[in-house]
Amino acid sequence: MAAHQPAPDQPAPVSERGVIGWLRENLFSSWFNGLITLVTLYFIASLLIPLIDWALIKAVFSGEGPESCTPGGACWVFVQERLGFFIYGTYPDPLLWRPNLVFLLFAIAVVPQFLPISGGLRKWLAIYGVTLFPVAAYFLLAGGSFGLESVPTTRWGGLLLTLVLAYVGIIAALPIGVVLALGRRSEMPIIRGICVIFIEFWRAVPLITILFMASVMLPLFLPPGVTFDKLMRALVGITLFQAAYMAEVVRGGLQAIPKGQYEAAEALGLGYWRRMRLIILPQALKIVIPGIANTVISLFKDTTLVLIIGLFDLLGAVKSTLSDPAWDNVMAEGYLFVAFCFWVFCFGMSRYSHRLEKQLETGHRN
Amino acid sequence: MKKTLLTASLAVTGLLALGTQAQAATLDDVIDAGELRCGVSNGLPGFSQPDSDGNWTGIDVDTCRAVAAAVLGDSDAVQFIPLTAAERFTALQSGEIDVLSRNTTWTTTRDSSLGLNFTGTNYYDGQGFLVKTALGVESAYDLDGAAVCTQAGTTTELNLADFFRANDMDYEAVVFDTSEASAQGFDNNRCDILTSDTSQLAALRTQLSNPEGAEILPEIISKEPLGPVVRQGDDEWFNVVKWVLFGQINAEEYGVTSANVSDMLDSGDPNVQRILGTDGNMGEILGLDDDFMVAVLEQVGNYGEMFERNVGPDTPLGLQRGTNALWTDGGILYAPPFR
Repeated sequence: MAAHQPAPDQPAPVSERGVIGWLRENLFSSWFNGLITLVTLYFIASLLIPLIDWALIKAVFSGEGPESCTPGGACWVFVQERLGFFIYGTYPDPLLWRPNLVFLLFAIAVVPQFLPISGGLRKWLAIYGVTLFPVAAYFLLAGGSFGLESVPTTRWGGLLLTLVLAYVGIIAALPIGVVLALGRRSEMPIIRGICVIFIEFWRAVPLITILFMASVMLPLFLPPGVTFDKLMRALVGITLFQAAYMAEVVRGGLQAIPKGQYEAAEALGLGYWRRMRLIILPQALKIVIPGIANTVISLFKDTTLVLIIGLFDLLGAVKSTLSDPAWDNVMAEGYLFVAFCFWVFCFGMSRYSHRLEKQLETGHRN
Repeated sequence: MKKTLLTASLAVTGLLALGTQAQAATLDDVIDAGELRCGVSNGLPGFSQPDSDGNWTGIDVDTCRAVAAAVLGDSDAVQFIPLTAAERFTALQSGEIDVLSRNTTWTTTRDSSLGLNFTGTNYYDGQGFLVKTALGVESAYDLDGAAVCTQAGTTTELNLADFFRANDMDYEAVVFDTSEASAQGFDNNRCDILTSDTSQLAALRTQLSNPEGAEILPEIISKEPLGPVVRQGDDEWFNVVKWVLFGQINAEEYGVTSANVSDMLDSGDPNVQRILGTDGNMGEILGLDDDFMVAVLEQVGNYGEMFERNVGPDTPLGLQRGTNALWTDGGILYAPPFR
């Protein structure tokens, strides 16, 4: 007896599957949604088409000097010709291998963090990134020892300077911030008082004021002939400012840890530092990863404020060349280039923090 | 409020500057360091701007290079320190730089109360107006009711107000943050005229979408003598910086250029001989080598060459000598003699 064979399933009607189905469901589910979709599409198209036309199609990517640019399109030749200045500032030409080596060492620490490699190796690279690398980078960039020619910080510039400011700010502000956060929750009144005053003072002052004071007023209070390096003053200012913010972010994490954790740690007979290091901080820092990433990204962007004290960071370097009369108006190209560089780094940091969150996920999330 | 703050901080600066007046000899410090530290603007076309190789160029930059050539014999022995307008005087007072050459206008207040000395003028500037030719305006006195693009927080704004009030005219100020932004505003018809120092107007004009469609009006409404500045109280160094610039102007007057300086060493003209140090001891009494001007002229050139190279008619700025011509050519450049 022949078994009943049900007819094979018909594919869903063409209007319910594939691209068309998706479009119908998501963009044109009612006449009103359809209308909104069309209007939005119109706006996107009317913005994007001229932009792409200007930035890519009519743009000039290679050539010699201002003459090779066409009026209707972007003049990327400008960025290309000034790229050296945008990246290194006025760092002496024959010594460029030194910043290049620093970039390479930086890449060795950072790039593997985004690659699927073993966790142990990644951890060691990260440790190298915050210990050995900054020291090596300092000796390479500044010179003056190991037979390297000394390069004054006034000649550091461009992306190099931006990265120096941001990197030092980030790796110095986090530990200081953790200490301040712990201090603010300390039971010792003097320590707590000092931390509260420090945090509230630095948080209540705009960064621009701190930089300005450090660069304009501070030298007047020092004895004649004594000057600190301008970059050093800016670095100290940025670090202390960001440490105060970081402290409050970390304090948020400390407060989110249930009291039972503190008590359990105490019950184990651990001392204060071991309690914090082994039990409280690993949990607290994990909770505040998004907050830390936020602070770090805003620090990265805040480094552009050094423009007002005459340091040539990436934005400053680009800005100083925009008024070059040899070129027609290249403001848009210059600023887009800066925006692109900043986006790459900030987006990278954001992805890294997401990854870290996932990696440290232990299922406590509700 | 802002004004009180400014006055107060100026007073503080002045007081502190008084305290630091009796400083060690800058000339010896520069010779010891083997390098001149020169404060320049952070990007001003024709005056100080990094070129595509990252080298500083401009007339303010060359002024420093000339001093380095005179003192150290090498016009490249300069460390350029870009400074913003706000921090330039502090940097000089605190000893962070040896010379400030940053298109700084010589005024009474700055010369007297800030503990500074202006050593001379390397460019006579003045505030002017840029208008669109389509507007058909030929004189600044026809500008009643105009919308004026200007830069915030500068003396430009004050001069503008003075000029319109003095001539009983109305205007509407359209204020921008930077000079490039004000030029952009002018280009986009946000205003009828753009005002700034004429050297800057010439640079900004090249950035317009149609440079031919705009012209600079003949009226100059302010005096802006720009020149190098040193700390007050170090007369030896003051003399050196002052006489290097005078030397360059004198060299132009007597026809000594970077090209013919080696021939001129044999010149019989006593004026030329004193400039080049083949006769007299002008260098020695300044604390330099007698032939200090030879190095300056060989490596940087005379004033005219410095002008032509950075802001002259063949550069994108395309400025005429005008006021900055020698007194013998109808300008006001007049350097005291080497004697």
